[in-house]
Amino acid sequence: MSTAIEVSNLSFRYAGATQWALRNVTLSIEEGEFAVFTGATGCGKSTLFKCLIGLIPQMYPGEYLGRVVVKGLDPAQTPVSRMAQRVGMVFQNPDNQLFALTVENDVAFALENLGLERAEIERRITKAFRMMGIEDLRKRSPFELSGGQKQRVAIASILALEPEILILDEPTSSLDGATAKKLLEELGEISKREEITVLLSEHRLDLVVREATRLIVIEEGKILSDGDPREVVHHLLEDDYEKVELPKLPRLAWMMGLRRADKIPLTKEEFVETLLEVGK
Amino acid sequence: MIKVDSVWYEYPSGTVALRNVNLIINRGEIVALMGENGAGKTTLLKHLNGLLKPTSGRVEVDGVDTRTTTVASLSRHVGLVFQNPDNMFFCTSVFEEVSYALTRFGYTGEEVRRRTEEVLKAFNLWHYRNSSPFTLSGGEKKRLAISIVLAWMPSYIVIDEPTTGLDGWGKRILIDLLLNLKDSGRGIILSSHDVEFISDIAERVVLLRRGEIIADGAAEDILTDPALLEEASLLTPQIPSLLYELKRRGLRDLNHKCLRLDEAVRCLSAILGRDGSNWRCDGV
Repeated sequence: MSTAIEVSNLSFRYAGATQWALRNVTLSIEEGEFAVFTGATGCGKSTLFKCLIGLIPQMYPGEYLGRVVVKGLDPAQTPVSRMAQRVGMVFQNPDNQLFALTVENDVAFALENLGLERAEIERRITKAFRMMGIEDLRKRSPFELSGGQKQRVAIASILALEPEILILDEPTSSLDGATAKKLLEELGEISKREEITVLLSEHRLDLVVREATRLIVIEEGKILSDGDPREVVHHLLEDDYEKVELPKLPRLAWMMGLRRADKIPLTKEEFVETLLEVGK
Repeated sequence: MIKVDSVWYEYPSGTVALRNVNLIINRGEIVALMGENGAGKTTLLKHLNGLLKPTSGRVEVDGVDTRTTTVASLSRHVGLVFQNPDNMFFCTSVFEEVSYALTRFGYTGEEVRRRTEEVLKAFNLWHYRNSSPFTLSGGEKKRLAISIVLAWMPSYIVIDEPTTGLDGWGKRILIDLLLNLKDSGRGIILSSHDVEFISDIAERVVLLRRGEIIADGAAEDILTDPALLEEASLLTPQIPSLLYELKRRGLRDLNHKCLRLDEAVRCLSAILGRDGSNWRCDGV
């Protein structure tokens, strides 16, 4: 497995700000990982994502230290349009990404700008629509869709670019739990099937623990904890860390004294298994 | 009391968003309106301060029919916090944003300052008082939007998706504040699909599906009923979901109508022992 993203000693301070938004972040993401970033609001998750696609420092002025390499490219030096062909980013509010009169035109827009042939555009649109299960929305206006449908269209428009890395900034924040869970499961499947590296930020960890191969907690611009989701959750429970909303099941296990680092249950099935083992 | 009486609402596009909704909300209670995206939650909330008027039926706030008064007048009694905080901001500083409505409602200079400071400190936003609201992060904007409404202490506080963009810490502050407001006799109406947050705070849950109320009752009854929640396209909260599974696998005496962590520890420890060491289940 090769490295998709390498961040070395990255610090960034927005122009005019007194505080550093990122402080000496070092991070390596392997290809095919499903990495979940979490942390209190304003901790630097979105800033880090913007650095990975080059929006920082190219569009946001400020003090930039350290080095980032994404798929062999330096996002600070590579044109954002070129980065966007390798790394797709879905923003928190899908309304900011939708503008055309039909869903189809919205998804086709970036592809047309890449100068692709009509047949290739059609192939990519069809594939992206199928991946997100939105074939029936093709001729609809994006603005008459529900929040969940809009988010799917926004993701499809990025998937159509066939990125090697997909970054999603709080993609489920406006979705109901069932819709959010389904979307995250589908992203997990797409990540495996299409071998896309996925990075996403999320507050509701209970929705993503099944899919995540890695959990990274950021606090005040620094990486506080990084590793296997079970180990990170255990670590946060040990520290009684309150800035992140930990899922209730590991918290319940912890409160009941079931505290083994390798066994802290993240799902109800694991909780039952843990109890069965204790009862033996 | 807010009384929603046989309310139907049809948008100009022809979409019927509310279908014969009947609801009574009293002061001193926390009511959660829940349902999937597009169920009609926001449409119903907008009726509570008169932003939308029923196509048929009526909404009364403390006896006043919303069709007979202005939104400005109703807003003094019913404070509505929108889902997207950006829709509420227009001032150049956080301090002004909170004090603007207070001034409009006729509060004096010192009172405006006192209330603004109090609410900004409660939400840990005081250090941003001179910043533009648009420079805040998503969660900070949400906290500011809620602060604006709490500053004038309306009798009813209506929050559309209160936890969108809030982190764990923000949620805990909000829970404490809302519980205090409830104890002070205010009616709290929340629309949410965050079943974990609602499990921690609401006593009463109203489930909406395609504009209709399909259930209205105690949170511990509704949020522990997987079939009913599935009908409303909601997930069962983690704790009742686990307890239900354990019950299905043989722990028949387990009370699965627990929503909160401390209750679950009590229920489970009573049967399993403090650390699960009494766990015996031949049926599994």
